[in-house]
Amino acid sequence: MNEGKQPIIEIRNVSKRFGKVTAVDNISLDIRAGEFFVLLGPSGCGKTTLLRMIAGFEMPTEGQIIIDGQDMSLVPPNKRPVNMVFQSYAVFPHMNVTDNVGYGLRISGISKAETRDRVAEALELVKLSGFEDRMPDQMSGGQRQRVALARSLVMRPKVLLLDEPLSALDAKLRAQMQFELADLQDKVGITFVTVTHDQDEALSMASRVAVINKGEVAQLAPPSDLYEYPANRFVADFVGSVNIFEGTLTLDEPDKAAVDCPGLGKIYLNHGVTGPHGANVWIALRPEKIYLHVPGEGKAVRAAAQDAPDGHNLARGTIKGMSYLGDVTLYDIQLEGGHIIRVSRPNLSRHDQEDFTWDDKVSMHWRADSPVVLLS
Amino acid sequence: MFNRTAIAPLEYTRKLWMRSWVGLTMLFLYAPLVVLMIFSFNDSKRNVMWKGFTLKYYEKALNNDSLVEAMVNSLTIAFLATVISLVIGALAAVMLWRFRFPFKGLVEGTMSLPIIVPEICLGVAFLIFFAKLDWPTDLAWPLNLSAITIAHITFCFPFVAMVVRARLASFNREEEEAAKDLGATEWQAFRDVLLPHIKPSLVAGALLAFTLSLDDFVITFFTSGPDTITFPVKVYSMVRFSVTPEVNAASTILIILTVALTFIALKYQGVKGIAETH
Repeated sequence: MNEGKQPIIEIRNVSKRFGKVTAVDNISLDIRAGEFFVLLGPSGCGKTTLLRMIAGFEMPTEGQIIIDGQDMSLVPPNKRPVNMVFQSYAVFPHMNVTDNVGYGLRISGISKAETRDRVAEALELVKLSGFEDRMPDQMSGGQRQRVALARSLVMRPKVLLLDEPLSALDAKLRAQMQFELADLQDKVGITFVTVTHDQDEALSMASRVAVINKGEVAQLAPPSDLYEYPANRFVADFVGSVNIFEGTLTLDEPDKAAVDCPGLGKIYLNHGVTGPHGANVWIALRPEKIYLHVPGEGKAVRAAAQDAPDGHNLARGTIKGMSYLGDVTLYDIQLEGGHIIRVSRPNLSRHDQEDFTWDDKVSMHWRADSPVVLLS
Repeated sequence: MFNRTAIAPLEYTRKLWMRSWVGLTMLFLYAPLVVLMIFSFNDSKRNVMWKGFTLKYYEKALNNDSLVEAMVNSLTIAFLATVISLVIGALAAVMLWRFRFPFKGLVEGTMSLPIIVPEICLGVAFLIFFAKLDWPTDLAWPLNLSAITIAHITFCFPFVAMVVRARLASFNREEEEAAKDLGATEWQAFRDVLLPHIKPSLVAGALLAFTLSLDDFVITFFTSGPDTITFPVKVYSMVRFSVTPEVNAASTILIILTVALTFIALKYQGVKGIAETH
């Protein structure tokens, strides 16, 4: 975890209660200088409250927030070395783009010449050159967001906070802005802290993600770890789509483990789990990591699952649902035990989805390194 | 004449019955005013028959010292009442919008009381109040208008507060937070973000307060001292003898004055801005 970089933000045992409701429950985490940090969680999990506490709009009930080595407990928002891009963008409607972007510099007494240069530079950065005299009501949502971005970046903050920056944009624009934000962060080198409920957004932009659930950090990890090595059922389920089966740990050695899942079958893993023998565990299996076969290809299936002992990592079922998404097709397959498992299959050729259809009997297998054992 | 397009369902203004209805409404509302203005140019002592055009009643009205004094008094009171109501009303609105405090509902209700209470009751209340206080009536101008001005502020500021409050409801608080985030102090955020947002409602509130104060008769009648006659009270006393074109002329001047003021305010702020207030 620690790469020797000094954390720019240290959150120390921070809790926030509104009356009887605990929005943030004893969270501690470090945000490193220059990283793109994402707070990910469902609505109402406390992620926005945490962001607002960093910005200074909410005061922690307990704990402290340290920004760049300085305790922020008594520092009001207008004195903090952070700037925020609000969910509604909060562009001042009665000011044109230049005045909006230059507002912070103007009130802090920066000279007119410098303000002009820095505003021009910031507008260039967010690709809004030529819009200087536009009023906000003459701009699209995406353009207004760029104004809000420029308005914050022009202050050269140590940390830029973004509250659900992409939630109001349409799908195409969102995908484009994801890349642009990451690119921008790379260019300016400022630490970005973003709040989002959208896992795609988090996975595509973040250097590290803190998954927040009910006011607590469920897992803090880089995006790929979060997806491939979720720490618990909440993270596995919230990030991406997943099949979860309950089971019992029957074998646990340094280089192999086995779980007996009544719903799915015998699971074999090519690594140890370090859980108590006979413990109640959960198996998480991503839909895209399951291979589908026509039942007749029994030999091929066995050959494919050869990294596990006979009878492990195999399942049979009947296709009960299908949804064609263009690039992939999702299958809901009823297992012999009655449970439903979801499998996604890339459409590598135009007619792939015709191979399997409703009520077909199918076989499945997965590799021994695909299932994840979850202890909670 | 055959290329007329068909009347679409929502094109009410192209329907004859709608047009005549609007016309009748206008006539009902404005005919008395138009008659009043026309007869201010009538060359006759009485307001019954048209005897020819003249401007002499305007001359007479403007030379009538007590009438001019009443007009100046009215405008002064209206101006003072407007400015003070604007400040108190806007602050009250911001307070009610921004803060939570005990008995907030009570404060809110009490504040709009002057709108609900019949004017005659307010008038009597003020009469007793100022008499009990032994409020001096022999002060020099404009201090002799203080009692009336205070009374006017009482019933004007709730209107300002109401209009401003309505406007505040549409304020995006993130804008204020954004200003502070960019380094603004509480006062700078108020001046640069909140004030521009409520400006249309301040203009609308000022117009309301000004016209309410200018034409108030009942409350003024009870609070005016012997030497502090306002325009409506003066007109009333003149009418008690007979409605001469002089009264018409004075009224016409007042109408033109208020219309001009409203026009300037709308021009300055934009009709849209004020309409959005409500």
